[in-house]
Amino acid sequence: MKSAVIVFPGSNCDRDMAVALEKVTGHKPQMVWHQDHDFDTVDFIALPGGFSYGDYLRCGAMSARSHVMKEVVRRAEDGVPTLGICNGFQILTETGLLPGALMRNADLHFVCRDVKLSVENADTLFTQDYMEGEEILIPVAHHDGNYFADDDTLDELEAEGRVAFRYCADVNGSQRGIAGITNAKGNVLGMMPHPERMIEPALGGSHGRKLFTSIMNRLG
Amino acid sequence: MTNVPNINDIKITPEIVKEHGLTEEEYQRIVSAMGREPNYTELGIYSVMWSEHCSYKSSRFHLKKLPTEAPWVIQGPGENAGVIDIGDGQAAIFKMESHNHPSYIEPYQGAATGVGGILRDVFTMGARPVANMNALRFGEPDHPKTRHLLAGVVEGIGGYGNCVGVPTVGGETNFDPSYNGNILVNAMTVGLADTDKIFYCAAAGVGNPVVYVGSKTGRDGIHGATMASAEFTEDSEEKRPTVQVGDPFTEKLLIEACLELMATDAIIAIQDMGAAGLTSSSVEMASKGGVGFELNLDKVPQREENMTPYEMCLSESQERMLMVLKPGREDMAKAIFEKWELDFAVIGEITDTGKLTLTFGGEVVGDMPINSLVEDAPEYERPYVPTPKREAVDVAAVNDLNKAVLDLIGGPNLCSRRWIWEQYDHMVMGDTIQRPGGDAAVIRVHGTGKALAISTDVTPRYCHADPVEGGRQAVAETWRNITAVGGTPLAITNCLNFGNPERKDIMGQFVGCLEGMGEACRALDYPIVSGNVSLYNETNGSGILPTPAIGGIGVMKDSDKMATISFKNEGEAIVLIGKTKNELGASLYQREVLGKDAGAPPHVDLALERRNGDFVRALIENGQVTTCHDLSDGGLIAALADMAIAGGIGASVAVDGELPLHAALFSETQARYLISADTETAETIRKEAKDAGIPVAVIGATGGKRLRVNNDAVDIPMSELARAHADWMPKFMAKT
Repeated sequence: MKSAVIVFPGSNCDRDMAVALEKVTGHKPQMVWHQDHDFDTVDFIALPGGFSYGDYLRCGAMSARSHVMKEVVRRAEDGVPTLGICNGFQILTETGLLPGALMRNADLHFVCRDVKLSVENADTLFTQDYMEGEEILIPVAHHDGNYFADDDTLDELEAEGRVAFRYCADVNGSQRGIAGITNAKGNVLGMMPHPERMIEPALGGSHGRKLFTSIMNRLG
Repeated sequence: MTNVPNINDIKITPEIVKEHGLTEEEYQRIVSAMGREPNYTELGIYSVMWSEHCSYKSSRFHLKKLPTEAPWVIQGPGENAGVIDIGDGQAAIFKMESHNHPSYIEPYQGAATGVGGILRDVFTMGARPVANMNALRFGEPDHPKTRHLLAGVVEGIGGYGNCVGVPTVGGETNFDPSYNGNILVNAMTVGLADTDKIFYCAAAGVGNPVVYVGSKTGRDGIHGATMASAEFTEDSEEKRPTVQVGDPFTEKLLIEACLELMATDAIIAIQDMGAAGLTSSSVEMASKGGVGFELNLDKVPQREENMTPYEMCLSESQERMLMVLKPGREDMAKAIFEKWELDFAVIGEITDTGKLTLTFGGEVVGDMPINSLVEDAPEYERPYVPTPKREAVDVAAVNDLNKAVLDLIGGPNLCSRRWIWEQYDHMVMGDTIQRPGGDAAVIRVHGTGKALAISTDVTPRYCHADPVEGGRQAVAETWRNITAVGGTPLAITNCLNFGNPERKDIMGQFVGCLEGMGEACRALDYPIVSGNVSLYNETNGSGILPTPAIGGIGVMKDSDKMATISFKNEGEAIVLIGKTKNELGASLYQREVLGKDAGAPPHVDLALERRNGDFVRALIENGQVTTCHDLSDGGLIAALADMAIAGGIGASVAVDGELPLHAALFSETQARYLISADTETAETIRKEAKDAGIPVAVIGATGGKRLRVNNDAVDIPMSELARAHADWMPKFMAKT
C-alpha cells in the first residue's frame, strides 16, 4: 500500500498520521508538501489535521484552493481512496468532495477529549474491519467540528448509508450527531475525530487501528 | 513620501527619562557609560536593557546563590533555556516564563503571546517543542473580573498552542484574592534535541551576516518590558496597545523553517526576539560573543509605514528571530525561509568595535558600547526584612466532616480542571501517555521507550506564611509529583512572581523563597537550569502572594512502568508512605473550611523527602504498585478522593488515633504518598518499608461505591463526590 500524507503550511497532525500509517500498516507514507502538486501515483491519500493557513480564514478554505488540492480532487474523483481527518475533513467539505460544512462548536470552545462514536456503516472501505453499531472511543480536538448540512442533504446521506460515524452523545452541536461521512462513491471519508491518536494502549486505546487496517485490507 | 521628523531631535528632559522608567541616578550612569548624553533612540534602548525585566537588577544578586550544576546539566541559566542530558545522545531543553501584566490587560493575547515567547526560547536552541505547561493564578472566584480573565487566558493558551501543534499537557490553576488585580500567567515549554545539535546565542566572526527572519516588525508591544517592570495602577488598561498580538500560524512556520535550517551547518548563533525585541536580541548575541553589531534599520522588514529607529528597536512584534550565519550560506538559508513563506533579510554584520551601531537613512542613529548595555546595568542589593516566623496554632475541628470534604473537593482549589484542559489539545504529537489530571504529565520521547515527566507547582499560601519553607516546598512538590508517576527528577526551571522589590517586606519574601528553593535543589540534586523573574506584581500598592512557580522535569527509562493516580481494581490495599503530623497551619482546610489563614506551614524535611520518594519510585519501577498519588493540598483525604474519583472505585480506610481525626485527614505534612497494590504485594511493601526505616501503614482497601473513613466518620457516596469534583468549574464558568 503506497500512501501520501499531504502537508500544508500549518498542518500539525501530519507526523501523527504518518506514524499511525506506518505502525498499523507497516508501510511508511510519502509526505507531500503542498507545493509538490505533481506527486507520485499512490493508492491512498490522507489529509491530516491541524490548522492549515492558521484557520485564519474559514477552516480549510485556503487549502481547498491550493494547487495540490486540485490534484487531490482529480484523483479522488478518479476513485483514489482519500481520508480527511479534522482539518482534512474541513478541507474536503471546502473543496466540495464532501457535502456540508463544519461550523464553530455549539459551545464556542475548543474541545479535546475522548468521545464515543458508533460505527454507522461498516460496509465502507474505511470501516470494514469494524462491526456495524460498534461503539468505539476516539478523541476529538477541534474548534470547528459542528457539522451542518440542509435537511435534504442529511436525508440523502442517511439514506445512502454515507454517515460512517456518529457521536454517541452531543460533542459540538453537529446535525444528527454526524462525526464522519463518505462521498457517494464511498472512496472519500471525512471525519472530525482522530483515529490516528488511538492506535496503542499507551495512548488511551487502540480503537483507531481498524480504520487503518480496513484501508490496508482493501488495498493490500 | 511623508516627511518623518527625526526622533533623535527630541531633547531628553527629566520627564522623558522618568517616562522611560529610569531614575535620575540611572540616567547619569548611562551618561557616564557613554561619555555623552544619549539620543532619544539610545535612551529607549538603555531603558529596556536596564529594565527589571531584562536586567534582573533587583534579583541578580540573589539568583547567583542558586545551585545550577549537576553532571547532567548541559546548559544552566544565562541562555534562552536550560538544557539537560536525558541519555542516549538526547537533551531536554526547557524554560518557564511569565506573561502576567499583558494577560491582565488583554487575557487572550497576553496568554497567547506568553506561549509563543516561551516556545521560541526553546526552539531557538535547536529543540523541537514537545510539550507546553502552565501555572495560572487568578483572583477570588467572586471577583467580577475573574471569570473573564480565566476564560480569556485559557482560550489564549489553547488558541496558540493548539494551532502550533504542541500539546498543552498540564499545569495548575489557583485562586486567591491577592491576584484580583494582578493575575499570573506562567508558561513553560519543553523541547527535545540531540546533544550535539544545540544552538547558542553567542555571535562570532567579524563580517558575518546578521539575519532577521520571521514576521515583519510593527509598532506592537513597544515598551512591553518596561510595563512588566512597573506596578499596576488604575490606568494600566490604557496600556493595552503595549500588549503584543500573537500569530501562531507564523510561529508554526518559523519552528519548521528554523529546525530545517538547523539541520544544516549554516547557523553560528541564533536568538529569538522576545522582550525588547531587536534590541535585546542583538545586544545579547553581541555581548555573549564579545563582538559588535552594525545594523542597518532600513533593511528591517516592516509592516507599518514610517517607523522610527526608536520604534523598530523597541517593538515587541512576535514571531521573529535573529541569526548569525556562516558567510556564503545566505542563499541556502533564504531558500528555506522562502519555502515557508517567511521574511528573510540580512540587516547587518558583526564588527570588532564592541558597539551596537544603528544606521537609518544613511545616518548613524545609535552607537552604544555593548558592555555598557549589559554589564553596566545597575545591580541593586535591595534592603529587606525577613518575614516574621509564625507560631504554631491549634486548628479547630468541624462537626460535619462529610461537608468539609465535599466543600474542599467541590471547591475552587481542588475541583477538576477538566473545563480548562479540554480546551487544550493535549494529545497532538502522539506521545502524551499521561494526560492532565494526574500528578505529572508524561510524554514519551518520540520513537523511544523513554518518557519525560513534567510538573509545575508552588503553594503561595506557604510562601506567604514562611517564604523559606514555601520555597523548599515548591521545589519538593514538583520533585514528589515527578516521583509519583515513576520519574527520576532531574532539574527545574522557575518563574519568580513577586510584588514590588523596593518594599523591604516583599524583598524579604523574595530572599526567603530563594533560600528555601536553593536548599531544596541542593538536597534533592535537582538544579535550576533556567528561569524568569517577574517583580512589581502589585496593583495600587497591594502585592500578590509570593509565588515562585517551579517547573520540574524528570526522566523515566521505561515508560511502560508509569504510575497513575486512579484506582484500578477493587479489593486492593491502600498504603500510606510517610508519617502524618498535626500540620494544619496555612492549610487549605483551614482557609477553605474555617476561613482562616494562621500558623506555620508544614515543615519540609528534605532528607525524609528524598528517602520516602526514592522508596516509592523504586516500587513503581519494580511494578509493585498499580496506583500512586502524592499528598499535598487538602491532605490524605483529598488524595484519596482524587484516586477514587479517577478510578471510579470507592475506598474504605481507617486512620489511627494518635492525631485528632481532622488533622489525620487534612494535615498537609510533606513527603507522603498513597499507593495501592494487591494485598500480598502490599504486605511485601510494608515489610520492605519497615526494613528501610520508611514510615508505612496499610490504611484500608479499595472497593465499593462510597468513600469511607473510620466506618462512618466520613461516608460519602462516590457519585456525590465525583459530581462535586466535576461540577464546580463548569458551573462557575457558566454563571452570567
